[in-house]
Amino acid sequence: MLKALMETVASKIIKAISEITDRPVSLMEVCGTHTMVIAKSGMRAMLPGKLRLLSGPGCPVCVTPQETIDYCIALSREANVIIATFGDMVRVPGTRGTLEAHAPRVVYSPLDALTIAKENPGRDVVFLGVGFETTSPTIGATIVEAARKNVRNFYVLSAFKLIPPALDYIARSPQIDVQGLILPGHVSAIIGSKPYEFLAEKYHMPGCITGFEPIDVLQGILILTRQIVDGKSAITIEYDRVVKPEGNSQALGILNMVFDVCESRWRGIGMIPDSGLKLSSKYSRFDVRNEYDIKVPESAEPKGCICGRVLLGLSMPFDCALFGKRCTPVDPVGPCMVSSEGSCAAYFRYGDYGKTGQNGAT
Amino acid sequence: MCLGVVGRIDEIHGETATAEILGVRRQISIVLVPEAKINDYVMIHAGFAINIMDARDARETEELISEVLKYSR
Ligand code: SF4
Repeated sequence: MLKALMETVASKIIKAISEITDRPVSLMEVCGTHTMVIAKSGMRAMLPGKLRLLSGPGCPVCVTPQETIDYCIALSREANVIIATFGDMVRVPGTRGTLEAHAPRVVYSPLDALTIAKENPGRDVVFLGVGFETTSPTIGATIVEAARKNVRNFYVLSAFKLIPPALDYIARSPQIDVQGLILPGHVSAIIGSKPYEFLAEKYHMPGCITGFEPIDVLQGILILTRQIVDGKSAITIEYDRVVKPEGNSQALGILNMVFDVCESRWRGIGMIPDSGLKLSSKYSRFDVRNEYDIKVPESAEPKGCICGRVLLGLSMPFDCALFGKRCTPVDPVGPCMVSSEGSCAAYFRYGDYGKTGQNGAT
Repeated sequence: MCLGVVGRIDEIHGETATAEILGVRRQISIVLVPEAKINDYVMIHAGFAINIMDARDARETEELISEVLKYSR
């Protein structure tokens, strides 16, 4: 039944897009979870050849700079330090090796890292904080809790990133050819729809906040395609069972209190102004960089890896000479192959590449 | 990484709640959704409820169908 439903929506997309005869239409799925859903569901086969789906920068593991991982590895050599982080991070290659070899504690919730700190009063527990607006409020709330309980041995390495400034970067890049954005569902559960309005106003770029069932993604594509056909641009919410236009005010309040906005380096992309979070002065005693001033050298990307281009929708994973040959999920070269939601891993795992209709092949 | 799971709140103890997630009971934090009540469905990420859901069951196909119809023309 769901398959029939998907086919119905797909046929509507085909019908809508047939009204555009002169050019291909490119949509970017900003969020890595959407990349995974698209690849896993095999929906590309249902979609018209003229519609291209490009991956975006919304894979936290992929955009965390090597320098952050190198710093964390250097930290883990300090006798007194325990590193805690989410499972996704431990296999990401830094300049030399990954965190995995340095026995990090993998946690499901940042509150678990706080528990580790309480259980190990003689050691410093450092939480490697990566992620977008979905995740940063959970670490913000953990820091507030640590302050309230006066936990003195809990620290955070803040590598959080913000999605709207990255979208501004994409919208204003002349070489990136995207007509609409499939916007992340759970980031938007926190920030709501307002922070995206500039895309429609300033760049005439429609965006649709989309859920994570395959049928959600198809609907998001349909909504965007219709807007493009009609020459309209608005920010809409397909995922309204979870996302409210105003977002989550409690979570936004915690973000505001615990963090300040700062410039931030995106792996493979570069520095983007106002796209990161650092601890605010009120909570700066939780900033591990104030406690451990370790310098790590600047690092170069692995040779041949074009993750930066893949993350901006400028190249497809299979455009990389290493894809599926020297670079596979078992032995990844770049971060887009490590994370299960990296585009290279998603394309590799589901064999969802080289199909007609992708990359303008037909 | 922004994956979420849906859970139903069974018990509330201050800022902590017990939620049933796919038949399994787990402790979650509700500090980001202080207005949460027992029987609310919440979206959970990294052990925190991040939003209360409008629908009683987000995965219900009927709802998805009506969503599709909303955009049909
Ligand atoms: S296939 Fe591997 S080396 Fe090539 S861009 Fe993707 S992650 Fe980088």
